[in-house]
Amino acid sequence: MTFELSHYNAALLFALCASTVFGITQRSTPRDMFRYGAYCFVLFAGGVIVASWAMWLIKH
Amino acid sequence: MANPQNTATVSQRSAKAAPASAGSMATIAPIAAWFFPGLGHFIQHRYIRGLLLMLAVFVMFFAGLGMQGKVYQFNTGDLLDILGFIGDIGTGLLYFVARSMDWGVGNIHRAVADYGTKYIVVAGLLNVIAAVDAHHIAIGKKS
Repeated sequence: MTFELSHYNAALLFALCASTVFGITQRSTPRDMFRYGAYCFVLFAGGVIVASWAMWLIKH
Repeated sequence: MANPQNTATVSQRSAKAAPASAGSMATIAPIAAWFFPGLGHFIQHRYIRGLLLMLAVFVMFFAGLGMQGKVYQFNTGDLLDILGFIGDIGTGLLYFVARSMDWGVGNIHRAVADYGTKYIVVAGLLNVIAAVDAHHIAIGKKS
């Protein structure tokens, strides 16, 4: 069984799973869990995009 | 008519039983959570949290295996291999199933396989965080 993912999709799946666990474990109420999970997801996904552009700028 | 002496005895008994139950749950919940992702929350009636944690860890673990990531064996060699093993063993039962089925041999020819290896390690680390959370719920530090 092999699983084909692009690098970006792999990073997004990682962000989704990690954010879910962070949200549930780091906050107490469901509303705060959702907000914190979404915040972590945005930081993960945004960090990937920023790092990608930074590497592109360094190369060029 | 209720006997006041019997009522007092029952309330004293339940007062003693509650801390004992919380104490045993504080031990059982993190072990259960480590052994099977989400189980520590399930046994404390946090079904949705348990389900989401289970899904997150399972998806990461099996996506990692699907990307032909490596499952580390016990070793005393390279420091990164030792740390990889410690991360992997955090998945509990999943780790032992993967080892017994000989899954996760790795593939150095695929760049994504290295992502898979990291997925499996992080699945274990996230499961450890979930186990600590189950412990916090059991001791009343978190609702």
